[in-house]
Amino acid sequence: MRLLRTIIITLLIISILFPFLPLMVWSFSHRWYFPTLMPTEWSWRAWSYIFSDSSHVLSAIMYSTIIALSVTFLSILIGLPAGRALGLHQFWGKDFIKLLVLTPTIVPTLAVALGIHGLFIRYGLADTLLGVILVHLIPVLPYMILVLASVANYDLAYEEQARSLGANPLQVFYYITLPTIFPGLMVGSFFAFIISWSQYVITLLIGGGQVVTLPILLFTFANSGDNPLTAALSLIFIAPAILFILFTSHYLSGHESMWGGLGKL
Amino acid sequence: MKISPQLQPYLMLAPALSVIIMLFMGGLALAILQSFGYFPLIGRHEISLHAYRHLLSQHEFYISLLLTLWLSLASTFLSTLLAIACALALRDITRGQRWLTFILQLNLPIPHLVGAVGIMFLFAQSGFLARLAYLANLIHEPADFPIMVNDPYAIGIILEYVWKETCFISVIILATLQNLGPDYEHVARTLGANRWQRFRYVLLPLIMPGVLSASILVFTFSFGAFEVPLLLGQRYPSALPVLAYRYYIDADLNARPEAMALSVLITLIITALIAAYTKLTQYYIRA
Repeated sequence: MRLLRTIIITLLIISILFPFLPLMVWSFSHRWYFPTLMPTEWSWRAWSYIFSDSSHVLSAIMYSTIIALSVTFLSILIGLPAGRALGLHQFWGKDFIKLLVLTPTIVPTLAVALGIHGLFIRYGLADTLLGVILVHLIPVLPYMILVLASVANYDLAYEEQARSLGANPLQVFYYITLPTIFPGLMVGSFFAFIISWSQYVITLLIGGGQVVTLPILLFTFANSGDNPLTAALSLIFIAPAILFILFTSHYLSGHESMWGGLGKL
Repeated sequence: MKISPQLQPYLMLAPALSVIIMLFMGGLALAILQSFGYFPLIGRHEISLHAYRHLLSQHEFYISLLLTLWLSLASTFLSTLLAIACALALRDITRGQRWLTFILQLNLPIPHLVGAVGIMFLFAQSGFLARLAYLANLIHEPADFPIMVNDPYAIGIILEYVWKETCFISVIILATLQNLGPDYEHVARTLGANRWQRFRYVLLPLIMPGVLSASILVFTFSFGAFEVPLLLGQRYPSALPVLAYRYYIDADLNARPEAMALSVLITLIITALIAAYTKLTQYYIRA
């Protein structure tokens, strides 16, 4: 039984890390023909091209970052009161509203984006940054609301006490509410950022080739068959994901509900 | 101005609900309307089932449906089984558990697109594994290596989903196990249950709800996803979402209602399968 466990764990680690290996090697390779196991010539070409002006990678990073940050900010702004209402209040129709918030997680975003595209063209939102930000809210918002609702389960009496001691609404939020919901807020924001950062097809559709984010560029590289470039860009593309794990794994232990959002990735 | 407390939660939910209703419900409703051919913005007012009729009369729809069902069900089934095994193997190891959990979590936020590129570099006929096979004298040229990328059985796509979703489901099971603690199993052990009995009658029912919801998420995602089949799949037949997108960008505007009809059908199939699955497993858990 011990042996079986060791075998499973070893296989698991190898197979998780294995696909990253060729990415790193390819990104530094120049010539790497079959059947050599390592490149015969190494080079910095892919990396220096990526950071040159002609590659559009820097502008793609900027687009992706602006979009993901805006989506995160908007979803916090909208999700904070909604999560609080679902977590702390009892009211008529709550179950129905919960269902309404959950349904976008089972409908493919592509179906929704196809339906809304015509309307976005009509109102000038197609091919714009704003249009892409709005359509990214569809997969992100339900998740943000659920995470914020799951951490909003503390005793409202704390806020009441602070108020009776003379705290103004801002102080109540800063000293009582924020510290209690902080883990959820952190995790939710990182998830929101990563979900938006990874979107491909809805950006392609609504952005119409005008809003070139990292995944769009990565797909172009992958289709062109330039392996070193594809590999280097892939590594840049996963950098926030690695940061994300470094920062959040400590908030996440034991909160299985919070991981749910990554089913959307 | 004082807001009545009964009204307060609705006001707090109003921004979120208006976004969900306008963007999500609106998008879905427009997709349904356009699938019936109704699209006043470009001057179409008649309502018909023409798009559905045409779609369902085509051979391509059925083989794409079969392919999509195969790849999503196979990925969900394999990753669920593997995840249960991994979670059980990982849960009470004493040394290095933090590191192992970290590695498992590492691959959750990695975009599928990057996973697909990694799988391509590994499993293509001139990929890393083919080179290893050559060194081991198993093959003599790339063409001898089995086709696993852009192949007819969607093996590359399934490999990518299993690679990523096994970690996803494992993390969820591990979190459930952590919250449960060792007490239940101790009780079962004192009552004389053996290892298999403890797993089948104690652990499995306890982790089942988490496994179910996680596997539903995996199925939903893999049935409706676009990137991985586009990169690792064949052009014909392609997965249903890829087909829908291709119809939509077709130069022939008449294909658009078909793209919408296909999107509606994808959504309906996912909903129906989730409903059936939930019913079935409820029955199984009670029995």
